[in-house]
Amino acid sequence: MGNRAIAEIQFADYIFPAFDQIVNEAAKFRYRSGNQFNCGGLTIRAPYGAVGHGGHYHSQSPEAFFCHVPGIKVVIPRNPQQAKGLLLSCIRDPNPVVFFEPKWLYRLAVEEVPEKDYMLPLSEAEVIREGSDITLVGWGAQLLIMEQACVEAEKDGISCELIDLKTLIPWDKETVEASVNKTGRLLVSHEAPITGGFGAEISASIVDRCFLRLEAPVARVCGLDTPFPLVFEPFYMPTKNKILDAIKSTVGY
Amino acid sequence: MAQLTRRSAKLLEPISAAVSATRHLTTSSTSPITVETSLPFTGHKIDPPSRSVETTPQELLTFFRDMALMRRMEIAADSLYKAKLIRGFCHLYDGQEAVSVGMEAAITKKDCIITAYRDHCIFLGRGGTLFETFAELMGRKDGCSKGKGGSMHFYKKDSGFYGGHGIVGAQVPLGIGLSFAQKYNKDENVTFAMYGDGAANQGQLFEALNMAALWDLPSILVCENNHYGMGTAEWRSAKSPSYFKRGDYAPGLKVDGMDALAVKQACKFAKEHALKNGPIILEMDTYRYHGHSMSDPGSTYRTRDEISGVRQERDPIERIRKLIISHDLATEKELKDTEKEVRKEVDEAIAKAKESPLPDASELFTNVHVKGFGVEAFGADRKELRAVLP
Ligand SMILES: Cc1ncc(C[n+]2csc(CCOP(=O)(O)OP(=O)(O)O)c2C)c(N)n1
Ligand SMILES: [Mg+2]
Repeated sequence: MGNRAIAEIQFADYIFPAFDQIVNEAAKFRYRSGNQFNCGGLTIRAPYGAVGHGGHYHSQSPEAFFCHVPGIKVVIPRNPQQAKGLLLSCIRDPNPVVFFEPKWLYRLAVEEVPEKDYMLPLSEAEVIREGSDITLVGWGAQLLIMEQACVEAEKDGISCELIDLKTLIPWDKETVEASVNKTGRLLVSHEAPITGGFGAEISASIVDRCFLRLEAPVARVCGLDTPFPLVFEPFYMPTKNKILDAIKSTVGY
Repeated sequence: MAQLTRRSAKLLEPISAAVSATRHLTTSSTSPITVETSLPFTGHKIDPPSRSVETTPQELLTFFRDMALMRRMEIAADSLYKAKLIRGFCHLYDGQEAVSVGMEAAITKKDCIITAYRDHCIFLGRGGTLFETFAELMGRKDGCSKGKGGSMHFYKKDSGFYGGHGIVGAQVPLGIGLSFAQKYNKDENVTFAMYGDGAANQGQLFEALNMAALWDLPSILVCENNHYGMGTAEWRSAKSPSYFKRGDYAPGLKVDGMDALAVKQACKFAKEHALKNGPIILEMDTYRYHGHSMSDPGSTYRTRDEISGVRQERDPIERIRKLIISHDLATEKELKDTEKEVRKEVDEAIAKAKESPLPDASELFTNVHVKGFGVEAFGADRKELRAVLP
């Protein structure tokens, strides 16, 4: 029919009553009907992530669940200008896409955003800071924290390269691989719990591709393996200092 | 209502003493009074109960005090939130108090209650204390969930209060599960599963109700219809806002949820029905004075006139105040004194709760799995295992 459906879930924490429809219907309709039917390029928007005091059900980062579902794409922008270009690409993409918006951005970010229609390519990562000693990979709101850690590390003479993955599925392995081949070290960081997080996938793939070039084990600085806490949010989060520690120990390995 | 009633009983002494001293009342505080509910009940597939409700002077005075306490507590929580002493999401119950006190007056603590995130007053109704409430709201160790839950996650196991749930509608299947256990164990108790008008449109409610009806479970679905979800008026979200009829094959009753006595009558009726015949829906027509949560001023999707109209004409506390005065059970002044006492109790509880420390940092890792299963905590880079926690 040519129209595109765009669904909005108020918070990513509330996506689960719709999980079956996304995972078993939207994602697999094309495959199991031998391409006779599809879900019409559905895009689902959902704000995700911590806001400082959101507690159990206004803070979670459920991206890894959706990365485990062949048939859907997962995209996360880092700022308003990126959000517009990536969202338009997701809407026009013929596949179902889950588009997670960092909640943090809603309050924080003010930025010049072009009024015109523009699209940013999916599955293309971007090197947002060049460096030579270690590669940092992240997405969404976490990039801001990682950037701060890069600035701090620089004061100690460590040159960090920072990559915004933007599209988690299907992700741009080449850009990350090229960077790690240059720096010889990798750190991945996300807010979601570390175990089974998307950082694990990146880590495994890059070890596979860059095994002989790696000079240290891949570091992951992520949320803890606990439910998202209320009063202990500062302990749970992959903070700048945790990242800085991991940068130093990886470079000094 | 252990906590509340105990306090109320204490309060009752001076009042009833004063009453009998000054007015030489011959009736005792437990002699029955019959009161007509404000509105008739409307039934769906069931004959509604009578509008005549039996009560006692003691019960009316208790209702008054308990609701005044709840109201004061919620208003204090509002201030604490604005002072940033309460963080996270916080949903207040002022306006809806009659549902909690009326329900508790009809049932026992062996009956179960489960609700959504608007749970502070339900907790109090189940016998929770002000101190535990404020401590939990401020994320302190002495809170009813050890400071780990916050506003939306209050529980009290020893009096059948199963919380405190953040996902809209998700508590209803749990409630039906509780009534399954009650039936299975033949323990002759029921479960009240509470949800809002917004939640009434959630698919899982219908799935759970089907099972409850299929197996004649002692389930009472209590739809607290305050006429708005998060600012979405009922007519914008529900094809049929007659929530008491939404169970189709399951009977339902529409109740004036601003009238504690009507709520009591309906809950008593529903309990008897559910034990004999299976599930029933109670739609409580009620109203929340505050916004949906603390981030909602509550005035963009409804008029100030609407709110003040409800306050003037339907307020649950004022209704009881009038009954008390008209039956000459206490004076205006005595009721004002009660309100002053309640205010003091709330202030004292807050002061005490502020002294309670934050939970120990190790609590971040406890209760994730059953003790003994072990959760590993890694250092920042996960290469070094720092601790294996309980
Ligand atoms: C599955 C899910 N979707 C969305 C939300 C966000 N949310 C919280 S409360 C609410 C409105 C519910 O309204 P209602 O059931 O009428 O209860 P009330 O707040 O009026 O007591 C919404 C949409 C949620 N908690 N869970
Ligand atoms: Mg409502």
